[in-house]
This record gives sequence, C-alpha cells and structure tokens, in this order.
Amino acid sequence: MTNKTTRAAEGYNFAYLDEETKRMIRRGLLKAVAIPGFQVPFGGREMPLPYGWGTGGMQVTAAILSPEDILKVIDQGADDTTNAVSIRAFFERTARVATTTRTGEATIIQTRHRIPETPLKSGQIMVFQVPIPEPLRFIEPSETETATLHALADYGVMHVKLYEDIVAHGHIATCYAYPVEVGDRYMMDPSPIPRFDNPKLHMNPALMLFGAGREKRLYAVPPYTKVVSIDFEDYPFEAQRQEGVCAICGSANTYLDELIMDDQGTRNYVCSDTDYCQEHAQPSGSRP
Amino acid sequence: MNLALKNPMPIADENAALSSTLPLLKVHQLTKLFGHEKGCQDVSFDLYPGEVLGLVGESGSGKSTLLSVLSGRMPPDRGSVQYAEDSAEDNANWLDIYAAGEARRRQLLRTEWGFVEQNPRDGLRMSVSAGANIGERLMAQGVRHYGQLRETALHWLQQVEIDAARVDDPPRAFSGGMQQRLQIARNLVSSPRLVFMDEPTGGLDVSVQARILDLLRSLVRELDLAVILVTHDLAVARLLADRLLVMRRSRVVETGLTDQILDDPQHPYTQLLVSSVLQA
Repeated sequence: MTNKTTRAAEGYNFAYLDEETKRMIRRGLLKAVAIPGFQVPFGGREMPLPYGWGTGGMQVTAAILSPEDILKVIDQGADDTTNAVSIRAFFERTARVATTTRTGEATIIQTRHRIPETPLKSGQIMVFQVPIPEPLRFIEPSETETATLHALADYGVMHVKLYEDIVAHGHIATCYAYPVEVGDRYMMDPSPIPRFDNPKLHMNPALMLFGAGREKRLYAVPPYTKVVSIDFEDYPFEAQRQEGVCAICGSANTYLDELIMDDQGTRNYVCSDTDYCQEHAQPSGSRP
Repeated sequence: MNLALKNPMPIADENAALSSTLPLLKVHQLTKLFGHEKGCQDVSFDLYPGEVLGLVGESGSGKSTLLSVLSGRMPPDRGSVQYAEDSAEDNANWLDIYAAGEARRRQLLRTEWGFVEQNPRDGLRMSVSAGANIGERLMAQGVRHYGQLRETALHWLQQVEIDAARVDDPPRAFSGGMQQRLQIARNLVSSPRLVFMDEPTGGLDVSVQARILDLLRSLVRELDLAVILVTHDLAVARLLADRLLVMRRSRVVETGLTDQILDDPQHPYTQLLVSSVLQA
C-alpha cells in the first residue's frame, strides 16, 4: 500500500463532488443494483477533465468513496499509465484516501478496459469507465426505439451483429465490448473490456458498477449475478486465445499486450495487468 | 342460372362450407381521423385466410392510414381490429390488437404478420447484409444456429429470384426491384399468415413491376397468404386481389369481388375510377 504525502486540495468537498450530487448518484446506483444491467440516467456533472477520460467512472468512485477506502486505478490493465496516475492523484488530493496498485488490497478499483487477473473478493467494488452504454446503438440509432427494445426484452437484433461478424470474418470477431445478457434479462455493454475478461463478469463475488459520463448513464452487475455472453449454437462464445507467454513473468493464461521491439518487427508479449505481472515475476515477499 | 335454380342444394352446401371457415381478421367500425374526411372512418370488413384484399382509391383517400391502423402501427380513434389467434376448425381465440400490449403486437408483426413498405429502404436494414436481413426475424424468434440461418437466407433468396451469391452483399448494392424482392423475402421468412403491403410496386419500372407482381402472385398462392394490399393502380389490383374496397374521402364507398367491381362498378366514384384507366 502506498500512501503518498500528496498536497491536499483546499476548498473542495471530500472527493470533489458536493454531497447532494453524491446522493443523487448513490440513488441511481441503488436502482442500478436493484435492476441488474438496466441503464439508469443520472445528472452527470462537469468534471475537471474532458469526456472520454473517465468522468463517468470518477463520478461513481467519488459517490461511493469513504475515507477508509483503499483505491486502485487501472488503465488498460496498467497502474502507471497517464490516466491511471492522474485519477489516482486526483482522489489522493481531493479525498486523501489511501491508494494501492495491488488488486488484493484495494476496496475500490476504478478501471478502463480491463478486469484484473487476480480474482476479486467479496466486498470489493469495480468501477468501470464507459464510453457508450447502449449495446443496441450500432444497429438501432434511435434512443426511443432502443428503450422500447430493452423494455420488451426484444434483443433479436443483437444477433444480427454477430451474424454479420461471421459473414465478414468467418468467426465472431467482436473482441471488445462483447454484449452480455445480465441476470436473464437485460442486454448490457460490458464497457470496452476485451472478450477475454467477459467470463470474469459471471458470478463474480465483487460488485461491478458502470458509469458513462458523456451519456450520463449508470448500470451495475451485483455480486454473484449470471452474466452470459451471447453467441450462436454452432459458433459458441470463447474468450480470446493468446499466443505466447509474458516476457516478464512467464504467465501463459493472462491477457497479453503485444510489443514491437525493433525495426525488424520482433515481437514480445507482456501482461496487460502490471500488478499481476510484478507479483508473479518476483518471489513472494521480496516485493519493494 | 336455370341450373342453379334447379339444383339449389350444391350452392347451399358451398355456402355452408365457406361460412364454417372463420375470418382471420375482423374489422369493426374502424375510425382514425386527422381532420374532416382526412383519414379513415367507419370501416368494417372480415378478411378470410388466403384472401387478397385490395384497398384502392385516389391519393389522400385514407388507404395508407387504414393500413397503418389495421397493422397495429397506429391506434384508432374508434373501432376494433380482431385477429384470430391459433384458430381451429370453427373456433378461434380473438385477439383485440389494440387491447393487447405492445409486446404482443410487436411479436405478431414479426411472426404471424408481415409488412412490405412501399420504399424498401424503410423495411430493410440497409447497413447489414441481405442474409442478415432475411435472418433477423428468425433471430428475434430465438433461432441461434448460424448454419440454419444461412441456409434459410439462401433458400429465400432463391424464392425471390435473387442470385444466392449476393447473400453477403448489403441491400444498398441491390437495384430497386431486388431490394423490394429482398424485403418480401425478409417478411415471408417467418411464414406469416397475413401480410400488409403498401404499394409494393409503387416506385418501380413497369417491367420490374410485372416481375414482382408475378412473384407475389405465385407466393401468395403457394403459401396461402392473406394479404391486405394498398394500391392506386387498378391493374395491380386486378392481378392480385380477390376482393376490393374502394375508398374515397376516408370512407369505403364500394366493396365486392375484384372482377365485379372493375367490370361493373356501381358507385359513381368507382365508375369514374375505372373509366379513367387507359385501356390497353
């Protein structure tokens, strides 16, 4: 656990947002948890950074954060990329909460594009940053129509997308934001996590909260909820298969980033989850 | 005539046989008005299985409004549309279209009913392939087998005389006539009992029209479809329809068998309509 002595921001409420806004978001979250996969509108606030940088996730984190929480922020699996560092610093300064890079120690994990490799525990909360909350949008641009389709659980059009994938690529080529059906009811966009992470959503002991800042929508997958990735009988869902192993820690069962090493096109693979990678690269206990 | 008088029995028997068949659709006092004589009012009729009913009349007479109300797309001001669900020999479960929920209405529209739009762009998904367009209804009904969907798509392309090699092309790569045939295939794939058609050959070239009419005629006979067809083209009506409803200023002014109406129109307006057609 790292609790850096960052300068606290003066004149701001705990975790930046005012209490009334937090209440409003919490009410939305309660509704979202009560109806798994259902998109709840909320009055999104201006955050001191642009849409697309995680404003939805930050508002959810701000609304649920307590002084005792330990926060971890990841971006594409990494704790040390710009966005992750900035958002972590933001809450260190505005809420003075402890932060960590270790998945096991965190109580709240805000994430963009990944679910950590280390299995989550009961009591932990994942907060996802969501760019486009509506899974039906690509095929049905009308918002009133998609609302009706959700209301009537009329989800046939989702398979049209998969059908088109097979026509074009010979297999289901959607590899991120792969649509899921939550609790046998709502079709949900799991945010742009890789298809590799989809099975982790199913029956996960942690609470999963999703916040879309630009479109001002909240949704949730409560702990131990059935989450099914949609597919065809003759083209069943499968998580991506990885080629190669991590060059740092040697893991073969994690989601890997491909790195181009030189002008000759030499490739190497490393874990996208930096925390998991570090933990497995070193003998336990010797970690700094 | 004399023969009929001498042998009244067979005719009575025939009538009895007819009356034992239940209608598919019962329309009662249907009214939807947007203004004075704008829309449709007091329309009542029964539609029987396998029957093709033509709605004819000049533009603005309320044909399309009537079609929208009949097909569950626009709630009427008054009156009812009742559809025979799972009808057996002589009893049916009557479903009031507008008393039923929207979910049921939508389900009907994509299973037992079909709707062929005048402009195929309104009835097709232009951004996905022809195969996906045909398969969409089946996917909505829960078919989750790609191979099966594909096979059905190929079969229906063949049925509407489109080259099977075009199955993966998007409809925007098709000609107008092909788009219209694709739209017909997309509707018929769920084996509907009732299809609504709004000027299905409206914007098409005469030779293409002929081809589509020919196709429609054989499909209707082959599949024993009931069709409600809006057209202002009496030649189309003559070719396809068994029975006609002539509309003028929101009201049905004359109704009867197609040949009877076209050859011996009774109402002055119908007489005008029929006489205004150029005789080939």
